Amino acid sequence: MKRFTALFTALDQTTKTNAKVDALAAYFAEAPEPDRLWTIALLSGRRPKRTITTTHLREWAAERAGIPLWLFEESYPIVGDLAETIALVLPDPGSTSDRSLTHWIGMLRDLSKLDEAARKQGILDAWDQLTARERLVFNKLLTGGFRMGVSQKLMTRALSRATGIDESDLAHRLMGDWSPETTSFDALIRAPDPETDLSKPYPFYLAYQLDGGPEALDDPANWAAERKWDGIRGQLVLRGGQHFLWSRGEELMTDRFPEFARLIDFVPPGTVLDGEVLAWTDDAPLPFNALQKRIGRKTVPKKLLTEAPVILYAYDLLEHEGRDIRALPFAERRARLDALTADLPPEAPLRASPLLSFASWDDLAAIRSQSREHQAEGLMLKRKDAPYRDGRRKGDWWKWKVDPLTIDAVMIYAQQGHGRRANLFTDFTFAVWNGDDLVPFTKAYSGLTDEEFGRITAWVRRNTLERYGPVRQVKPEHVFEIAFEGIQASPRHKSGVALRFPRMARWRHDKPTAEANTLTDLQEMLTAYG
Amino acid sequence: MADPVLTFTDRGIYCPAADVFIDPWKPVDRALITHGHADHARPGMGRYLATDGAAPVMRHRLGDIAIETVAYGETRRIGGAAISFHPAGHVPGSAQIRVEVGGEVWVVSGDYKVAPDGLSEPFEPIRCHTFITECTFGLPVFRWDSQNAVAAQINDWWRANAAEGRATILGAYALGKAQRLLSAIDASIGPILTHGAVENTNEVLRAQGLPLPDTIRVTPEINPKDHPGALVLATPSALGTAWARKFGPASTGFASGWMALRGVRRRRAADRGFVLSDHADWEGLNTAIAETGAERIFATHGYTQIFRRWLESQGYDAAIVETQYEGETLDPDPVEAP
Repeated sequence: MKRFTALFTALDQTTKTNAKVDALAAYFAEAPEPDRLWTIALLSGRRPKRTITTTHLREWAAERAGIPLWLFEESYPIVGDLAETIALVLPDPGSTSDRSLTHWIGMLRDLSKLDEAARKQGILDAWDQLTARERLVFNKLLTGGFRMGVSQKLMTRALSRATGIDESDLAHRLMGDWSPETTSFDALIRAPDPETDLSKPYPFYLAYQLDGGPEALDDPANWAAERKWDGIRGQLVLRGGQHFLWSRGEELMTDRFPEFARLIDFVPPGTVLDGEVLAWTDDAPLPFNALQKRIGRKTVPKKLLTEAPVILYAYDLLEHEGRDIRALPFAERRARLDALTADLPPEAPLRASPLLSFASWDDLAAIRSQSREHQAEGLMLKRKDAPYRDGRRKGDWWKWKVDPLTIDAVMIYAQQGHGRRANLFTDFTFAVWNGDDLVPFTKAYSGLTDEEFGRITAWVRRNTLERYGPVRQVKPEHVFEIAFEGIQASPRHKSGVALRFPRMARWRHDKPTAEANTLTDLQEMLTAYG
Repeated sequence: MADPVLTFTDRGIYCPAADVFIDPWKPVDRALITHGHADHARPGMGRYLATDGAAPVMRHRLGDIAIETVAYGETRRIGGAAISFHPAGHVPGSAQIRVEVGGEVWVVSGDYKVAPDGLSEPFEPIRCHTFITECTFGLPVFRWDSQNAVAAQINDWWRANAAEGRATILGAYALGKAQRLLSAIDASIGPILTHGAVENTNEVLRAQGLPLPDTIRVTPEINPKDHPGALVLATPSALGTAWARKFGPASTGFASGWMALRGVRRRRAADRGFVLSDHADWEGLNTAIAETGAERIFATHGYTQIFRRWLESQGYDAAIVETQYEGETLDPDPVEAP
């Protein structure tokens, strides 16, 4: 644990990418193989099974710290991280230990077989032999969510340096459904056998946002364009008579969308598709909130299957006839995708997302301005001669989103943030006018700079009218431009509307509160875009 | 019923018996000041009363003010009140203000720190009936390491940077934290350069006789190359600016109690966060309050709601007072702030 904690600390103590890669590469070169594999797993979001409930952890930590549970609970949102809160409140340890990361993970796994009293003893004993930093790491193993300020991309780069294996190959080997308990460093990294994991997806290629227009790109003839759909990005893997649907976060979603089982009858094995999972009827996508009902459901009731059936709107073909074709140019992959989907019967839940035809960037801008009418978020631009890359890379794919909707609103409530923003007021409620009343209609947490958050925090402290627990009612004095991606009717909200992705686009120092928008303005937007 | 010893007004904490305000935030005729930070010592008061140790910095910051000084422990009769100043351990010259009217004693803590720092006059618990306390770090997650342990971390970091040819830029408040760091670190490791705002305060405190190591003021003429392996002591707001970039390749650090929280540390985007505060930690607050013997506690700034509930659960009669004190913020620096 000391070596892993030292790595964690080294990564935490620098903001410089090179220093992080150096620390990781050194760790990968010298740590014992089981620890190495666990580190790769943790840094790619694969955490050990949770054996202790967080409720128990909170109770035991408060008890060990000699503070009432409510005080622990009040402290937690301010720290913003349960593992860290526990590490901070516990008294100094009574002894030390030098056991490995793998040992502690095994110990946690074994706890699941014991009764509650024994589990509690196990955790208290562990806390009592780990230093404050080691405890933070240990608690993170308990609570999951291992964020060490290192992206999977950086981790892969470091591993590439330590092993000499090409970075893209490694990225692919690290994908999919594996755990250090079911594989070894050799089997996963050094000598992988493609037959062992039929479900293994390819790394997703992610686009950057195109700021400004596409004029900065070269000849439009070199580019293909599609609409950017507002669904869930998914990779559908069809191999060996089975199908697997992966989310961008490498989560298997197969069971949530049983519709895709039918595809085995229509698409040959050895096919991997990249596309958007969309709720779909009458040959058009439904608004995102139809799909939302299906997210988070592990099993789907029949009613929902008929109300919000899904399809994959495919935009890329990554594996064809059992061969990885990611190195082929987009135009070629796309032609094969079109051929593959051309003759599918309507009941097959698969379509190719149409390519848009345009001769100039002006043409395309006109098409983009129709996005909302098509339930789309904007456009995707893809270079026709580009391979399918991995991770987020600039140059070959761009997303060109529509401009957000905006409304000027008055800030009326403020609440402190947590974690990274613990001592700042960052969570605000905004209102629009309804006659002389201010009607709250949305919250927003992001969009301001740290410096602006600092200034608004100082202002909130001096202009609090009332406190309701952690929420402060403030003088209605500041107007903010709220940007959002969509608007829907919502009977649960006082204002009757719910916004999608609201954030603070600008602090309108120039606007008096009387000039903020009204509830009528919001209702008009609902009629136009809801 | 007689007036309470102190009342809370929209101008500040007021003593009716003496007709004086303590650390007021709006102009008043007569102000008693606990210490020189900008949220406690503001301009525009008719007359000021502060300790001998706090006055020079106040003059430096507030210019030509009518200020009278008092020694720690010396009792002044003002109207019907007996008033005295006692060390708060926050920064050099900082005081708690004790107010006694008709046998009833109230103490205003200002900002305070219980652990000695080798530079500020150490905190003295004062017995009282009512204690007005800050609670900037009034949560059990805040527990400070000893100053020696933190100084050792900074020394190690500085040495490693010097060995690798990097400058070491450490952000800290210009009044208090900066001087405390200067006196705690190992000045033999290398030269120490200071931001103008830090050096101005250094000069004031040196003139008062506080022992500080030699420092070099950063001016446009200073060439960082002439001072390899230097520690640069900067104000928080100077970190990440063009001013800081002129030192070339550097590791940046920030010293504050808030650095105890990993999330806050990351927001600062400094390479290193050192947990060092001029305010009491959880245990410090609780010890200080217990030692006053007070039954009634007012919490002024910090995690007041949670802290009040905690105090009530410990049997105190506790309440919150709204003030405009800010405690330890990350920026702007309380000395630089307007």
